[in-house]
Amino acid sequence: MIKVMIAKPGLDGHDRGAKVVARTLRDAGMEVIYTGIRQTPEQIVQSAIDEDVDILGISILSGAHMKLVPKILELLREKKASVPVFVGGIIPDEDVDKLKEMGVIEVYGPGTSTSEISEQVKSFVEHSDT
Amino acid sequence: MSDEELRKKYDVWDEKTNEMLKKFPERGNFRTTWEEDIKRLYTPLELGDYFEIGFPGKYPYTRGVQNTMYRGKLWTMRQYAGFGTAEESNKRYKYLLEQGQSGLSVAFDLPTQIGYDSDDAHSLGEVGKVGVAIDSLADMETLFEGIPLGKVSTSMTINSTAAILLAMYLNVGEKQGANRDKLRGTIQNDVLKEYIARGTYIFPPQPSMRVITNIFEFCSKEMPLWNTISISGYHIREAGADAVQEVAFTLADGIEYVRAAVKAGLDPNVFGKRLSFFFAAHNDFLEEIAKFRAARRMWAKLMKEKFNVTNPSAMKLKFHTQTSGSTLTAQQPENNIVRVTLQALAAVLGGTQSLHTNSRDEALALPTEESVKIALKTQQIIAYESGVAKTVDPLAGSYYIESLTDSIEKHAFEYIDKIEELGGMVNAIESGYVQQEISNRSYEYQKKIESGEQIVVGVNKFTVEETSSKRLLKVNDEIEKGQIGRLRALKRERDNKKVAKSLSVLENVARTDDNLMHPIIDAVRVYATVGEISNVLRKVFGEYKESITI
Repeated sequence: MIKVMIAKPGLDGHDRGAKVVARTLRDAGMEVIYTGIRQTPEQIVQSAIDEDVDILGISILSGAHMKLVPKILELLREKKASVPVFVGGIIPDEDVDKLKEMGVIEVYGPGTSTSEISEQVKSFVEHSDT
Repeated sequence: MSDEELRKKYDVWDEKTNEMLKKFPERGNFRTTWEEDIKRLYTPLELGDYFEIGFPGKYPYTRGVQNTMYRGKLWTMRQYAGFGTAEESNKRYKYLLEQGQSGLSVAFDLPTQIGYDSDDAHSLGEVGKVGVAIDSLADMETLFEGIPLGKVSTSMTINSTAAILLAMYLNVGEKQGANRDKLRGTIQNDVLKEYIARGTYIFPPQPSMRVITNIFEFCSKEMPLWNTISISGYHIREAGADAVQEVAFTLADGIEYVRAAVKAGLDPNVFGKRLSFFFAAHNDFLEEIAKFRAARRMWAKLMKEKFNVTNPSAMKLKFHTQTSGSTLTAQQPENNIVRVTLQALAAVLGGTQSLHTNSRDEALALPTEESVKIALKTQQIIAYESGVAKTVDPLAGSYYIESLTDSIEKHAFEYIDKIEELGGMVNAIESGYVQQEISNRSYEYQKKIESGEQIVVGVNKFTVEETSSKRLLKVNDEIEKGQIGRLRALKRERDNKKVAKSLSVLENVARTDDNLMHPIIDAVRVYATVGEISNVLRKVFGEYKESITI
């Protein structure tokens, strides 16, 4: 069974999208851990490692993504955890490109179909080399 | 025609229509957002007791809180704004006032809302992002520089740190020569909905309720024109609630605040006048109009019957409305102008006291100046060109609107009863009941979009290939550095002995039952920061831990 963590870093409280995605993935047969809001990058990375998740989804709508996502990627690398990371939220196009260059596998904006996310998450995990 | 005759005629018509369906079927089933079947036709048979509809300015206020409504005074056009530094936001406010806006509405960044200074590790990446960064009175002085606080009314979206920001506002006002009893405005100060939906809580519910009650008491004595709370359904709705849930959970929060204040010995006839509300205006046009009318009637009944209020001013539900951010689409963003227009029109037909219209680009970023201008002009067109402000509550008596109003009231009261059975809103939140109800509705809605049962133009139907050449506002990342620099300089230059003393007085008061407002005002005056004051209170009150539901 695919084990996925949906996390909300930073101070952003907009959790509707994160919850809908978490529930979609759960209904698609995955084991889902939702962290709740206001997690620090350190907390998120630590729980992703402790829980040994296959993939990590990060939701941010506050505009803090260019600080928080790189921080999470850096901490994962430091801890030698090769967990694929995808991002959802309000992310301007230019930042999407930058995040992907840094190693984020996909970025989902408003209006994305959740079934599409669920299909892709499955395929990311199947094709990841961990 | 008697009801009986009408009923007969209706039955004949209905039977004939059902015959026709075999040849000309309807497009599908039609339901309200709370999943009640909508009839094909509404008739005078749906109209209940006229007392329930009544007259504007008269109990139960279904038709509005003033006798003349917009014939006397239009609603306040109040765009929520703020980003980056105090200096930048100050420029935006002056721009909006020049464009004909009639009141200010301040958006604070998340560190300010959650009680962290800009240099706190928790603030990483968030400084100046969703609103303006305020660390101390010095920032607040810059924010309102050249804006006469004695003349404008200012709404501040601030909750857990409302006491601190109100104390700063009052200090800036008095430095400008405007006494606190002359200041007009609103603080959101509604922490219960933060636990439910918005997420900027700090303390557990009990101490949070104490701070709120302290503010009620302070304002009823010293700031009589200030609205001490804006009990908010907006964020509950945006989190995925339907119209009934929005009304029910908001009013249930209201009940909890009134109960806490009464328990603290305050008179609801007095503080009840300064309670205000905040709702969303969503897509379903007629449903939304009915929602505002139902909420007004329900609150009047609750204040009168549950809290034995006799002062009519304390029964009136006055509210601000914002159009719905979650209905805006990143796809074909120009369509959002039309969505906002319909939503704003519903708010006006529902009798709102003030209104924020969202900008077309808000599913993508904070709005540009150009987009905000269109949003504000939308309100001006509704006010001055559409003609809807020429008479009071023009849709009253519509068979469907009245039927919807009754239905929302009935179902929302059922929810309120259920919450009372659970021991009130604090218990209902701590058990996760309210969050789960909203989450269920939000998930069902998403599934309807996926299945195509709910159409969103440009998203799951009528889509086009889009190029992404949208001009967006970008908050400069350098802001964080600049803000931290200013904060550190302030901490070096202020009188740190006075700060330390004011914080220790605050801590002592926090450990008693005395009102927290006075020591907070004193601490703010000597430039203690939002983070320092919040940390003192964190130490005494502890921090809330979210009950996680998905």
